[in-house]
Amino acid sequence: MTGPQDIYFEDVWFSYNGTFVLRQASFSVPTKEFLVIIGPNGGGKTTLLKLMLGLCSPQRGKIILFGEYTPREASHLLGYVPQNTNINLDFPVRVIDVVLMGRLRGLKFLYTKEDRRAAEEALEIMGMDKYANAKMRELSQGQRQRVLIARALVSQPRILLLDEPTASVDVEAQRILYDRLRELNEKITIVLVSHDMTVISSYATAVACINGTVYYHGSKEITSEMLQMAYGSCPVELVAHGIPHRVLAKHDGDRDA
Amino acid sequence: MLEALQYEFMRNALAAAVLASVICGIMGTIVVSKKLVSMAGGVAHAAYGGIGMALYLGFSPQLGAIGFALASSLFMAWTTLRMASRADTVISIIWAVGMATGVIFSDLTPGYGADLMSYLFGSILMVAKEDILYMAILSLALCAFVPLFYGHLLAYSYDEDYARTRGVPVDVLHFTVIVLVSFSVVLTIRIVGLILVIALLSIPPYIAEKFCRSLAGMMATSFLLSMFFSVSGLAAAYTFDLTSGAAIIIIAAIGYLAAEVYLKFRKKPKGA
Repeated sequence: MTGPQDIYFEDVWFSYNGTFVLRQASFSVPTKEFLVIIGPNGGGKTTLLKLMLGLCSPQRGKIILFGEYTPREASHLLGYVPQNTNINLDFPVRVIDVVLMGRLRGLKFLYTKEDRRAAEEALEIMGMDKYANAKMRELSQGQRQRVLIARALVSQPRILLLDEPTASVDVEAQRILYDRLRELNEKITIVLVSHDMTVISSYATAVACINGTVYYHGSKEITSEMLQMAYGSCPVELVAHGIPHRVLAKHDGDRDA
Repeated sequence: MLEALQYEFMRNALAAAVLASVICGIMGTIVVSKKLVSMAGGVAHAAYGGIGMALYLGFSPQLGAIGFALASSLFMAWTTLRMASRADTVISIIWAVGMATGVIFSDLTPGYGADLMSYLFGSILMVAKEDILYMAILSLALCAFVPLFYGHLLAYSYDEDYARTRGVPVDVLHFTVIVLVSFSVVLTIRIVGLILVIALLSIPPYIAEKFCRSLAGMMATSFLLSMFFSVSGLAAAYTFDLTSGAAIIIIAAIGYLAAEVYLKFRKKPKGA
């Protein structure tokens, strides 16, 4: 526990309808960490993200952000990128209007010029400024994802929380996305839920395995040994569909290439 | 055709059609984009129970309708927040129970079922002055509410969880929308009847959704479509002596088909 801690969980328990998906979760995420959350489906990955965002409240334990706030109080410092697949594609909405949602605050009524400028800047950061007036439906999955990240960035958050940003995004678009995240990571903390093992081997500075509870591997070096240790302490083979070693080996190769 | 306007009931009908279009354009857009169409259907049919009860006990059917509509819609809103996955079942139950209640009360009411029939299929030609007043008030309220909370409504309709993280009071908004849907449904029942009210709430916005770039554009387009459908439906009803509500809906359905056909044969944009 050295340096400032952005996220702090102490003995957090959470249940849906009496079934605990999270027990005794205690860990802390230092500033500028690139944390990847992995675990089996239904293991509580999204729940963990929602707890950090204040969308769910724990039954027991406490969550402190930036050393002093509850997640609700800190919500203006958080940028949330929800799972793209939950979004209604037929919805008639332009890119710029989606990004402006990131400037909403409580009961604020109208957007100001500054809000619009911030929205355009965020789109530029994500390389999507040319598409400001396009309909969301007209974009590719990867482009849509970049718009959602722009929306999360427009409020200048200190933590960016992403739920499976690369689900159904093609490989090239994935690379662009991850490179952008790495650039952003120089300034802000990133928390990312993923099924994707590439991101762990090449981008993550810490890995949290979730399966009933949280196993936090907060190390600078995530070596193959580290990962194997991680697999030892939580059943990650479920995530990798029984072939964790093959997945790892393949990505080691990728990194050399 | 225009000579029809010398009759007061025709002028009232026209005013009612315009106001109903404002209401359906705005609320229909929210209902369709937020996928609350079956809830609106549930509300309309629950209202029938209230109308039946009012006719049996001898008080204002509007009052009975709004009472039942509000009670059922608040219950449905509460259910959808609590257990979203069971919402469609609960809505169907309320739908059926509302109808059954209405029918039982009409059985108990001595004499006639004619009045209840007029609520099933609508009676725009018999629309009363006070109905027009109520509709005008609701239209004004909607025209004030929507621009003021446009950003919030958009975020709530598009992406509820995200809206919550921005501090948008999603639950309050949800209940407000539900209450407004109840009022809209009950007042529109006068025009097209409860069986067809869902069509007027959903067909114009559903067509508009395919062509519009924003929620506001969808509301405006739905309003125009809605007005076109109801005025031409009214004209058809007057000319051919048809039931006005059914004529309006058939014209709306033809409009929907035309839009689909147009989209099918139009040059395809890239990536669509």
